[in-house]
Amino acid sequence: MSIQTSKEQLSPISQPPVAKITVRDLNFYYGNFHALKNINLDIPERRVTAFIGPSGCGKSTLLRIFNRMYELYPKHRAEGEVILDHENILDPGQDLYKLRARVGMVFQKPTPFPMSIYDNIAFGVKLYESLSRRDMADRVEWALRKAALWGEVKDKLKQSGTSLSGGQQQRLCIARAIAVRPEVVLLDEPASALDPISTAHIEELIHELKTDYTIVIVTHNMQQAARVSDYTAYMYLGELIEFGDTDVVFTTPKKKATEDYITGKFG
Amino acid sequence: MLPSDFPNQATMSKTFTDVHLSRQRLLDRGFRGATRFFAFSVLAVLLGIIGSLIVGSLPAIKAFGLHFLVSSHWNPVTNNFGAAVAVYGTLVTSAIAMLIGIPVSFGIALFLTELSPRWLKQPLGIAVELLAGIPSIIYGMWGLFVFAPAFADKVEPWISDKMGGWPVVGPIFNGPPMGIGMLAAGLILSIMVIPFIASVMRDVFEVVPAMLKESAYGLGATTWEVVWHVVLPYTKAGVVGGIMLGLGRALGETMAVTFVIGNAHDFSASLLMPGTSIASSIANEFTEAYGKRYAGSLIELGLILFVITFIVLSLAKLLLIQLTRKEGQLS
Repeated sequence: MSIQTSKEQLSPISQPPVAKITVRDLNFYYGNFHALKNINLDIPERRVTAFIGPSGCGKSTLLRIFNRMYELYPKHRAEGEVILDHENILDPGQDLYKLRARVGMVFQKPTPFPMSIYDNIAFGVKLYESLSRRDMADRVEWALRKAALWGEVKDKLKQSGTSLSGGQQQRLCIARAIAVRPEVVLLDEPASALDPISTAHIEELIHELKTDYTIVIVTHNMQQAARVSDYTAYMYLGELIEFGDTDVVFTTPKKKATEDYITGKFG
Repeated sequence: MLPSDFPNQATMSKTFTDVHLSRQRLLDRGFRGATRFFAFSVLAVLLGIIGSLIVGSLPAIKAFGLHFLVSSHWNPVTNNFGAAVAVYGTLVTSAIAMLIGIPVSFGIALFLTELSPRWLKQPLGIAVELLAGIPSIIYGMWGLFVFAPAFADKVEPWISDKMGGWPVVGPIFNGPPMGIGMLAAGLILSIMVIPFIASVMRDVFEVVPAMLKESAYGLGATTWEVVWHVVLPYTKAGVVGGIMLGLGRALGETMAVTFVIGNAHDFSASLLMPGTSIASSIANEFTEAYGKRYAGSLIELGLILFVITFIVLSLAKLLLIQLTRKEGQLS
């Protein structure tokens, strides 16, 4: 129970959270392979929701539907509804670029663009806004501060983004995603390629970001899910097995399968 | 056997280990020597070619000096030679080839890696590679018998008509519709270099990590923005390498150019007029180059082509350094 009390201190849940993303009867196919089966899920606003489950369970697939990243590849197809603030994002008429401005993403490995640190941040902003030099500089600083990277890079903004360490690069990628001022940030195993200290940095950052953003994180690391998330979804073989308050899922799971996975009996 | 019965380094016959090791050391030394020999032989061949070009062109260098570079005379009867027309023809035809070839190749590579449906990727890719495999003599024949007449009939009158009157650049496009000429040579060259540049660009575009592209798409970038701002900078060394490969081919291409350039040693501002290039001059005239001065002049042309290639490669390296500096120092 001590876990629960400490959790509440960190994120006081005064009123029931509003759903930011509502998933209804979602099915996903890779060609003929039925990868997601009838997913129904409400992702609360300004909270951290974690997707856990063994490899191949569909958690990354589900994440990549929220910004329609799957559409880059032929024969990937989603059916059902994913509603982001009353709008079905799977609607063919949905403006992809607007959607991706509202839903940012960070990947398993740091992916700095081959340009300077400054331009890495400015790149995304320039796609949507034409800011003056000064405003752009302010925005870059704001994003880097938000990602807790400003202190380390403020004297070398002109240097290549690839010159940073792995952990710094990943925070640069988070800053890059935030700079566009999205509403939702998708994190696809953001710390899986990082050392423990960098991982701790990223987890701290997630804690701070949830005051402003709705965060969805896919992770292989269950301790990480327990540490950073408010809600947890356990998935297995393309199905959503259990979804609820992280404390409940980790301490008193309703389903036997969830308990087996969490206690390490399989997976 | 007890563990102590196993032979170890100390108990094993000392001579056996020593012989074995010394043989390995010898092999390793021999291997190193062989690779070094191969590497240095490249340098030796290079120096040897430069040396023999210089020696061969000495008669011309002695006779004309630096004036050879700027003189547009080419008269075997009076034994008076200059390289300007050939150098100009080489540079102009290569420039036309690059002007057309680079954007088209970029488009081909972009389509093949980013936009093409999967079933079309392979046939198109193979077609590009086959185009690269066509011998230049075939391009030359096709250029002379098929392309040039059609070009003279359909395209050149239009160019002369519409663009010949433009201010400043007008004279470049003004001329009789003969089919053969510098513009035709440049166009044939562009067709010849496109498969080289396009297949190198496609190969380097394909090694860009999917995740890097997804990151840019994930920010809401369009395909063009992803390719222009992320893929191209990421692959710049390979892209510049591919362009240099194409440019090298264009500068040195002999057969196809000889067929369609017209082989006239007269300087003309119009691209529609016949001209000559370094390589086609050498190919055309070497068999009838009597006299040391004539032969020497042709060899000196070869030397100049060598120098031009060297300068172009150096500029490419400088360009890469510049680009790297622009994207921020590495460390």
